[in-house]
Amino acid sequence: MKLIRPLIFLWLGTMAPAIHAGGMAIDAGRTLAATCANCHGTDGHSVGGTESLAGVPRDTLLRKLAAFSRGEKPATIMHQIAKGYTPEQLTLIAEHFAAQRTHTGH
Amino acid sequence: MTNRRHFLAAMGAAALAGCAQLGKSARNAHVVVVGGGFGGAAAAKYLRLWSDGRVRVTLVERNAQFISCPMSNLVIGGAQTMAHITHDYSGLRDHHGVRVIQDTVTAIDPSARELRLASGERLHYDRLLLSPGIDFMPESIEGLAGHEDEIPHAWKAGPQTALLHRQLAAMPDGGVFAIHIPKAPFRCPPGPYERASLVADYCRRHKPRAKVLVLDANADIQSKKGLFLAAWGDRYQGMIEYRPNNQLLGVDARTRTAKLEFNDVKADVLNVIPPQRAGKVVDLIGSRLVNDRWVSVDWLSTEVSDVPNVHVIGDATLSAPRMPKSGTMANQQAKVAAAAILHLLADLPPNPSPVVMNTCYSYVGSDSAMHVASVHRFDTAEHTFLPVEGAGGLSAVASPAEATAAQAWAHNIWADTLN
Repeated sequence: MKLIRPLIFLWLGTMAPAIHAGGMAIDAGRTLAATCANCHGTDGHSVGGTESLAGVPRDTLLRKLAAFSRGEKPATIMHQIAKGYTPEQLTLIAEHFAAQRTHTGH
Repeated sequence: MTNRRHFLAAMGAAALAGCAQLGKSARNAHVVVVGGGFGGAAAAKYLRLWSDGRVRVTLVERNAQFISCPMSNLVIGGAQTMAHITHDYSGLRDHHGVRVIQDTVTAIDPSARELRLASGERLHYDRLLLSPGIDFMPESIEGLAGHEDEIPHAWKAGPQTALLHRQLAAMPDGGVFAIHIPKAPFRCPPGPYERASLVADYCRRHKPRAKVLVLDANADIQSKKGLFLAAWGDRYQGMIEYRPNNQLLGVDARTRTAKLEFNDVKADVLNVIPPQRAGKVVDLIGSRLVNDRWVSVDWLSTEVSDVPNVHVIGDATLSAPRMPKSGTMANQQAKVAAAAILHLLADLPPNPSPVVMNTCYSYVGSDSAMHVASVHRFDTAEHTFLPVEGAGGLSAVASPAEATAAQAWAHNIWADTLN
């Protein structure tokens, strides 16, 4: 798993010239955050029944996610899911949601 | 950080100004998606979303509407309506600019990158994504082919779902509702056991002397075993009988008889879930299927191992280790595919470390559900997705709170896939 971080940087490194050339590299946080959409809505805009994550401050999200991972925050499912992501991935996810506007989708 | 997206958009806009010098680029590229289920519809949406509308996307789907398999067992058990699980494609068209064509594919020429539709229209593609789900292999059970009205599968949600509910409603009290489960792998591993639970829930209220007989070709319950057995014992006390290692050899549609290896079972309602394979449209690309059934893909990009420029996702694929054939998983793979396709169109390498996760709720009664969850990370050494050890897991117990969570999941995944 130690390989992941250098790989991401390598990948981001390859993106820069491509963006310059008109390619469409997709933000790593955006693709990671998309794995949450099944329950929390596209880009964190929940349509109901779950917490909307769009626009929630990064540090608030990271605190909650860390508490889920450590089993300190009661949950039916999030304690199992949060453990599947590295701290670096959770940071990218939290940054993506924090950067979203808070409107409620379409 | 509100500006990350704006930053990328600005970079994109700056690049557009210089597009006269561009060689191959993703601008104006055309991606054709075949199959508008949880995989294909989500892929069509995310291809538009993540390209800021710069890639043209055509979705070819043979049905006029999206009917969700998840939640369809509630309809069979009379706790939900067809309307609840039926959605349309207007969101993809109106919100995301996807061209949605209701048609079937009759030919694919991967070398010319062209496909032909039954209407006669030809579509040229830069990348093709097939998300065809499953097709059945009824011919492997003697007497089954052509008798799906008498012996419904209801394993693709739609008219079959409503039909199986009607058969249940018409069954006499004291009748036998038999479900046959094929050998794994099949779509939705916990689905048959959820169905048995919801049929029993209906019978407990309307036909208390009825019996639900689960005839499983497998040696054991395939998912959430302990939780299902606990619910069956607590709630249905003897109403559900589970028989493992019951391979179905043939059926008699007229008498609704299941011919098993060691005995025959006559039922009042006979629900046979047939063995399954990749949706037959994959035969048009000439890929060599694994076990003559599943498409082998490179999980980093979802590109078919032996057919360039063609991607396959969802139930039709040879699953990565412990990756279930589920709607959630198809939706997750759709995003891996969308990101990889946009990168490949722009001559960029796919993301080297994609992640997918699965959340799967099952009802044990109309008011109580439970889940299984897992997270899967791309493993560079194995070059496939592997479950993250220590993550994921099952509900401690089925509960009404998780039935509420299951509905929230359904509404959010339907919106994420279609709107």
